[in-house]
Amino acid sequence: MGQIFSDLGGELVTLVISVLSALPYIAIYVAVIMLAYFIFHLVKRRLTPVHDYTSLKTVTFGDESAVVSNKVASVVSIVLIFVIWGSFTGSEWLPRFLHAPGPFVGEASFTYTVETEDGTRDDATVSVLVHPKGQKPEAPVVAPGDGLAKNDSLVVQSYRSTLLRWDANDEVTRKEGAKVVAVDGEPISRDNAVETKIGRVALTDKGTLNFAPATGMQMESIWLPAPESVWRRLISVSRDGYQNVTLSEHLSYSLFRVIVGFALGAMVGIPLGYAMGLSDWARGWFDPIVEFMRPVPPLALIPLVIIWAGIGEQGKIILLFLAALWIMAIGARSGVSGVNISKVHAAYSLGANKRQILRHVIIPNSLPEIFTAARVAMGVCWGTVVAAELVAAEKGVGKMIVAASKFQDTDIVLMGIILIGVIGFGIDMMMRWAEKYLVPWKGKG
Amino acid sequence: MACPALFMKPIKIKRRENRRAHACWAERLIGTMTGLSIQNLSMRFDLPNGGHVQALKDVSLDLKQGELLSVLGPSGCGKTTLLNIVAGFLAPTEGQMILNGHNVTGPDAERGMVFQQGALFEWMSVRDNVSFGPDMKGMPKSESAEIVDHLLDVVGLQDFKEKMVYELSGGMQQRVALARCLANDPDVILMDEPLGALDALTREKMQSLVLKLWKETGKTIILITHSVEEALLLGERLIVMAPRPGRIHKEYRLPFADMGVGADLREVKKHPDYAPTREEILNMIWNMEEEIMGRTEESA
Repeated sequence: MGQIFSDLGGELVTLVISVLSALPYIAIYVAVIMLAYFIFHLVKRRLTPVHDYTSLKTVTFGDESAVVSNKVASVVSIVLIFVIWGSFTGSEWLPRFLHAPGPFVGEASFTYTVETEDGTRDDATVSVLVHPKGQKPEAPVVAPGDGLAKNDSLVVQSYRSTLLRWDANDEVTRKEGAKVVAVDGEPISRDNAVETKIGRVALTDKGTLNFAPATGMQMESIWLPAPESVWRRLISVSRDGYQNVTLSEHLSYSLFRVIVGFALGAMVGIPLGYAMGLSDWARGWFDPIVEFMRPVPPLALIPLVIIWAGIGEQGKIILLFLAALWIMAIGARSGVSGVNISKVHAAYSLGANKRQILRHVIIPNSLPEIFTAARVAMGVCWGTVVAAELVAAEKGVGKMIVAASKFQDTDIVLMGIILIGVIGFGIDMMMRWAEKYLVPWKGKG
Repeated sequence: MACPALFMKPIKIKRRENRRAHACWAERLIGTMTGLSIQNLSMRFDLPNGGHVQALKDVSLDLKQGELLSVLGPSGCGKTTLLNIVAGFLAPTEGQMILNGHNVTGPDAERGMVFQQGALFEWMSVRDNVSFGPDMKGMPKSESAEIVDHLLDVVGLQDFKEKMVYELSGGMQQRVALARCLANDPDVILMDEPLGALDALTREKMQSLVLKLWKETGKTIILITHSVEEALLLGERLIVMAPRPGRIHKEYRLPFADMGVGADLREVKKHPDYAPTREEILNMIWNMEEEIMGRTEESA
């Protein structure tokens, strides 16, 4: 037990340290938010003032109705995300002056100083050619020069590093006891690398030099691809597919699972919820089951479902069915129990029988609650299907991004994540729209 | 639509009237009145903690067809329980109710109910709310449309027929509730503080409307209210109930309801008997409340 606590404590300390290291960046972001706010208000003062009701309120802090989402802030916020993204990936879509300092690319040189066993020293120049990914240039040709150490040349891809056997062409070698003691005039040792303007030079255990060109502040595309490469990937994958499966196929498989799983869950869950709301026996019978199953995250069922039903469609639909079932049952149940008793009494005293009361009072009265539950259930199903596809699937967006991540196609991973977000958002919007259109009496009772 | 005079022969027409006509014949035979007879109602139920509540004790009441009874009393005197028993939502532990010669055992379209608020179906338009009763009986749309049109005219909502009920103000909603109840042509209308949630002006207008409907339709009405003024103005008969156990404390017969039909209710209030009766009833209820407070303090 004590071991667990000390382990977890250690984890916590690491976490706190990494959060603290992010603080300067968060502070910069907050500063940008405030700066944009002040600029907005400076500009606003010049425009014709708004004279709506809210503008006349003197107390807005704490008045929820006075807090309306500022459209300008939303636009600036989204644009800023793309600017930051583009800036730190060197996006073509962004003017160059907005780019964060990029990796060093091009020709440059550094010098190293060799010291032989007897203490004589000589300098030599290393000409370096750093090229971007995808090119294979030849190393520059250099004149050897004179002295013990001869000039060398290196070619290296940016974000990579390379070894320099400096003594390959020199008159003294490491075997004879010669070693590099300085780079660009700065002393170098095994624990002390030299940061030159064009990159980092380190001394290896064997005495060779290791050169890593300066990376600047931009992300390598394997970590974070530029927005345009994600966009190009979207186009190419939707046209040609990824690993012989088109994007629309991936998406339709995922959506098919969600819709079928949700529909089955609703078909069973809603009648179950009605039964629980209308009969004490049914409520007593199903309450323990529903209340136990509801807090079990559907993701926790994935292993069991795979064991039972394999990784085919069936397993996933069972999983989504279970994800939707309890949410729909609880929604329908609370929709039924939420009916104002005087509506039911009124219907009885207007001569309605039980069947008519169910049809004309209880069902319409519970529809708003059922729609709310359906919205939640669709969201959960969408999340669950992606997770289930990450674990095991042949097709589907989740499968696509997990396959892409294995080949380090980060742009596809990112594209998949964005698509998943957009579709999840679209599903929610559609449900809201349907709710507004189909149950306009929501909250008006 | 009220029960025809006793000697009148039952003539043709629909089932409903037929039944009433039969009741009239039965009445003539056994020599009782049409109307609602509440006989020795008691209601007592157990509490989870082992105690029990005597909500009503030995309540008896006879209402002739077409009488308007208002019920007053401090909270906890069992007036809503009484109304729920008459409506058929609750079963009394003792006693019985006879309406037009038959026993009342459960809710039925012959006893319509108007609630304080929130009893309209917000998923239906005004028209569908009003025609709910006829629709449930399976009346053809053409027939029910006539009833709906007529009643919306009566309550002054003809222009709002297609609106959803949540688009209406509180007073209008209660008009819809009245029309919905009348569309079913019940024998008895039970009103559970129907005007309680309305503002004073709307309330006054609605009181006039209730009187007008009462006179025009000849329905038996039981009206529960917290407002002594409303009980005086609307009650042809008025009972004051006392709590613990719920029982009838005193009964009045009042002239104000008849005077108020088609007249200005504010003029009615100037009647010399009005203010003294109001004071008397207010004092009565005040004393009951005091007694309850006293008892609570003693036990505390």
